[in-house]
Amino acid sequence: MYAIREAAAAFRRAPILTALSAGMVGLALYVVGLFSLATYNLRIALEAIEERVEIVVYIRDNTRQSEIDLFLTEIMDFQEVSNTKLISKMDALERAQRDLPEFGQLFLDSEVNPLPQSIEIALNPGNRTPETIAKVVKAAQSYTFVEDALYGEEWVDRLFALRKIGLATTTAAGAAFAMVAALIIGAALRIAVFARREEIYVMRLVGARNGFIRSPFLLEGALAGLTGGILASGLTYGSYRGVSTYMLDVAWIPFSWVGIGLTAGLLFGTISSAVAIHRHLKKV
Amino acid sequence: MRDVSLRVNKGEFAFLTGHSGSGKSTTMRLIHMSDRPSSGEINVDGYSSDHITQRDLWKVRRLVGMVFQDFRLLPGRTALENVAFALEVTGTPRKAIPARANLLLAQVGFAPKTDALVEQLSGGERQRVAIARALANEPDILLADEPTGNLDDQATSEILDLFWDINANGMAVLMATHDLELIGRHPNARVIELDQGRLVSDSNIMRSGTH
Ligand SMILES: Nc1ncnc2c1ncn2[C@@H]1O[C@H](COP(=O)(O)OP(=O)(O)OP(=O)(O)O)[C@@H](O)[C@H]1O
Ligand SMILES: [Mg+2]
Repeated sequence: MYAIREAAAAFRRAPILTALSAGMVGLALYVVGLFSLATYNLRIALEAIEERVEIVVYIRDNTRQSEIDLFLTEIMDFQEVSNTKLISKMDALERAQRDLPEFGQLFLDSEVNPLPQSIEIALNPGNRTPETIAKVVKAAQSYTFVEDALYGEEWVDRLFALRKIGLATTTAAGAAFAMVAALIIGAALRIAVFARREEIYVMRLVGARNGFIRSPFLLEGALAGLTGGILASGLTYGSYRGVSTYMLDVAWIPFSWVGIGLTAGLLFGTISSAVAIHRHLKKV
Repeated sequence: MRDVSLRVNKGEFAFLTGHSGSGKSTTMRLIHMSDRPSSGEINVDGYSSDHITQRDLWKVRRLVGMVFQDFRLLPGRTALENVAFALEVTGTPRKAIPARANLLLAQVGFAPKTDALVEQLSGGERQRVAIARALANEPDILLADEPTGNLDDQATSEILDLFWDINANGMAVLMATHDLELIGRHPNARVIELDQGRLVSDSNIMRSGTH
């Protein structure tokens, strides 16, 4: 087809320009790839930590079993709650002996068990947010036999702040570097259009269709974007291998992310070249 | 351009004359619709400048062949390639292009040097190539903007002969020139004179209207 032949001819005419623009697009998208890799791994790490988000409700001594049972059923009614676990005074003591052996003897020696019984409330994934936690804590505290309800509020808040910062940084950096890539393609296309201005003039003179005049440039832009995307994926994968071999064990981003990246490269290339030649074809 | 009402009929031969800056080239660009009128209407075979979209301009361009004083051929390409380019970009089937390009060059009296680069051709030869290119889509009208401005008398009269040949085959020819002596040598042609963007005289008043 004409468009393919012309795009190939453009590459033959100016291979350095084409390679350079694809390379620069590749580098810009590589930064996006690194940010994705970092975000993805941050997300995995945060999810692992989030699993440990739970609420511990301490029960006063001498609370009747029927009251505790009622509390357990009522708290399970919350959709956000996935699981509850009753820790008796004995359980608490055993745990203390195991976790804090230096005090073990002390606990055994004393006549009375000083540890209160407690209920551990686990939340469903996706519901481990500060809002949900606050809601459940408030509900628990409304029972008179509840001594206290704790959940390490500070680190839960920090965890979510971290998550938001990670997402915002990646989005901003991704958008900025995707823009850089688009500008590079646009500039390269403007040079290509300029180099072919005489042909374009004659095409319009003799009555070539607009789409026909545009198609080789659109194809060139799309190819530059796609090539840049592939290059960036390769570089990102290389970095991933490097980091996981020599530094720390990180996870590779999901394949769908790579797919989205390549599609975005293709799309950016096409759109920015369309904008670049639209300007030129407006005049003449 | 003001108050110009002009109609060029099918198969007509007309000169467009006037001083420099009188609007000859502008008139041609308007007919080719490479310029749009700020007011008024251009009509080419039923395509109106008021209604046609950017998308459809190619239809007008294929009805209007255009040649210039400075030829505007693509450098670095042969005569044949220049004509073939026009055929290719307007959708001629690839296999049909070489034969058709050769035929067009033969029609304008340019046969022997089809494989010479345009830089190696004389002015007269280049203008023939440009005319062959303009004829590629079998337009209804050929617009020639001072096509002989860079040519000597010999080459000029050869090009004029060629225009008459083309005209004899039914194509309208509108040629811009300020060479009154040349116009005098062709008494059969219609003569339209412009001055400062206005139509001042037309040897064919009877058939005036809007082109
Ligand atoms: N789009 C436009 N708007 C306003 N004025 C224009 C426009 N295009 C051209 N002109 C002016 O119109 C005048 C006529 O220009 P044109 O090139 O048509 O003259 P011409 O008859 O071809 O002259 P020449 O013999 O030198 O080629 C010029 O003064 C030019 O500056
Ligand atoms: Mg002029």
